Amino acid sequence: MSTSAGGAIFKSVLVALLLTLLPLPSWLAVARPDFLVLVVFYWAIQTPRSAGIGLGWVCGLLLDAFQGPVLGEHALAVALVAYLGVREHQRIRTKPLMQQSLVVLAVLALYQFVLWAIDGWSGHPLTTPLRWIPAFTGALVWTPLAGALARTYRPRT
Amino acid sequence: MAGFGTRSGSPYSRGGGSPGFRFTLYALASIVIMVLDQRMDVLERARYVLQTLTYPVEVAVNAPVAGWHWLQRSFASRATLEAENRSLRTRMRTLEVRTLRFDALARQNAALLGLKHAVPPAAERWLPADIVDIELGRLRQRVLIDRGTRNGVFRNQAVLDDYGVVGQTMHVGPWSADVLLITDPEHDLPVQIARTGFRTIAVGTGDPNALALPYLPANADVKVGDELVTSGLGGIFPAGYPVARITQIHRGAIQRMSQVIAQPFAHLQTDRAVMLLWFRPGSPAAPVPPNLRQLPTGTPGAQPLAPPPPPTPPLCTPPPTARPTAGAATSTASPGTPAAHPPLKPSPSPPRTP
Repeated sequence: MSTSAGGAIFKSVLVALLLTLLPLPSWLAVARPDFLVLVVFYWAIQTPRSAGIGLGWVCGLLLDAFQGPVLGEHALAVALVAYLGVREHQRIRTKPLMQQSLVVLAVLALYQFVLWAIDGWSGHPLTTPLRWIPAFTGALVWTPLAGALARTYRPRT
Repeated sequence: MAGFGTRSGSPYSRGGGSPGFRFTLYALASIVIMVLDQRMDVLERARYVLQTLTYPVEVAVNAPVAGWHWLQRSFASRATLEAENRSLRTRMRTLEVRTLRFDALARQNAALLGLKHAVPPAAERWLPADIVDIELGRLRQRVLIDRGTRNGVFRNQAVLDDYGVVGQTMHVGPWSADVLLITDPEHDLPVQIARTGFRTIAVGTGDPNALALPYLPANADVKVGDELVTSGLGGIFPAGYPVARITQIHRGAIQRMSQVIAQPFAHLQTDRAVMLLWFRPGSPAAPVPPNLRQLPTGTPGAQPLAPPPPPTPPLCTPPPTARPTAGAATSTASPGTPAAHPPLKPSPSPPRTP
């Protein structure tokens, strides 16, 4: 079971990273959901034993390596997302998908807030309101994304 | 996969402790990394390695786009190619005719200034670089180029395109480098209004079509249509390169500063290739080398009295098209003195306009 979970996690993380880096026209890139964060959150809820805070931290570092103005910024924010997922996984995963996306909206808003705060403290401020859009688009794509991820691997619970 | 977490035990009693405990550990690790990264020199090596490791992935992600462009090029029709060829030839002819008189003008300029030799242009070497199309941070104005330390690229190197200043390099790896565009909110560019010689700073807005000039007093002599050129201060960009054209000026009745917006000349959104620039260190138009920034220079008025350097050919030109009015008094020595060598401006940031 765990190898299959590991394989599914690895592949989904890879695909999410590619989707994050893929060049898009600027109006579309602004609305691009944080796929990697969503994937980490999904696995934190579904398989809190095999994918948790460590996975989140590693994925965050990956994001930092490609996109972060400061190393460690995304690592902290994604680890926080994973921590919330692991801690509340039983409460969240029993909810219907529509309610889950509301939770996702709150979590992504928190994620953006952490990034926004660290951006400000480290001297790389990005204060435009456009930065909050991905939280909403992320909540919108949660339902299809969770559906797609559920087909890759279903944990025995 | 081993790094992804422990896999045994119930969710609440794992080897690594409770989720809260583990999160605290990871958070502390992140904060340590952030603090180290803020002190540039500590993680410089790690950044170099990261730039090396990420480059293959970035090239792979860019591959479909690059392939598409390649396909488009391969199947371009003969008519398109001919039209492009024709326009390029016209452009080349125009440029050639313009450069025909360049040497003569430079000599004439030197003669007018009382110098024996024409000053060589500031740019010494150029290197074209292709832009690797990839997302380097949402809403941040950055691009990746396919040249790195193997090509001699260094940190904070000036990057230009055919039309004007593009930005400067940030993290440089062996084969790639991040370029911070002049429109990034973090980028400040010391500029000069070409018509008046007035020096100020152009700040990025995050919008690829706009630079802001927030430090212009309300009574400054600025007009819509004024051209901005680099002022040569700040240690990165040589003087005299075109930057932007002023498009909007808003003067409020009660505001002490005017809100001025300029549109960059460089085609920041559509560029597929840029030029990296090496400047001649001795040239007066070249920016002040970084090691000179640390020199104690005392009062600005005392600077012209500094002993002249050993008999190098006298190098001096005034800032291009600057008239000896507003800004001229603030920094460089007067153009007539042959003893003046590259202006020893100590501060990396130019004066915030009197």
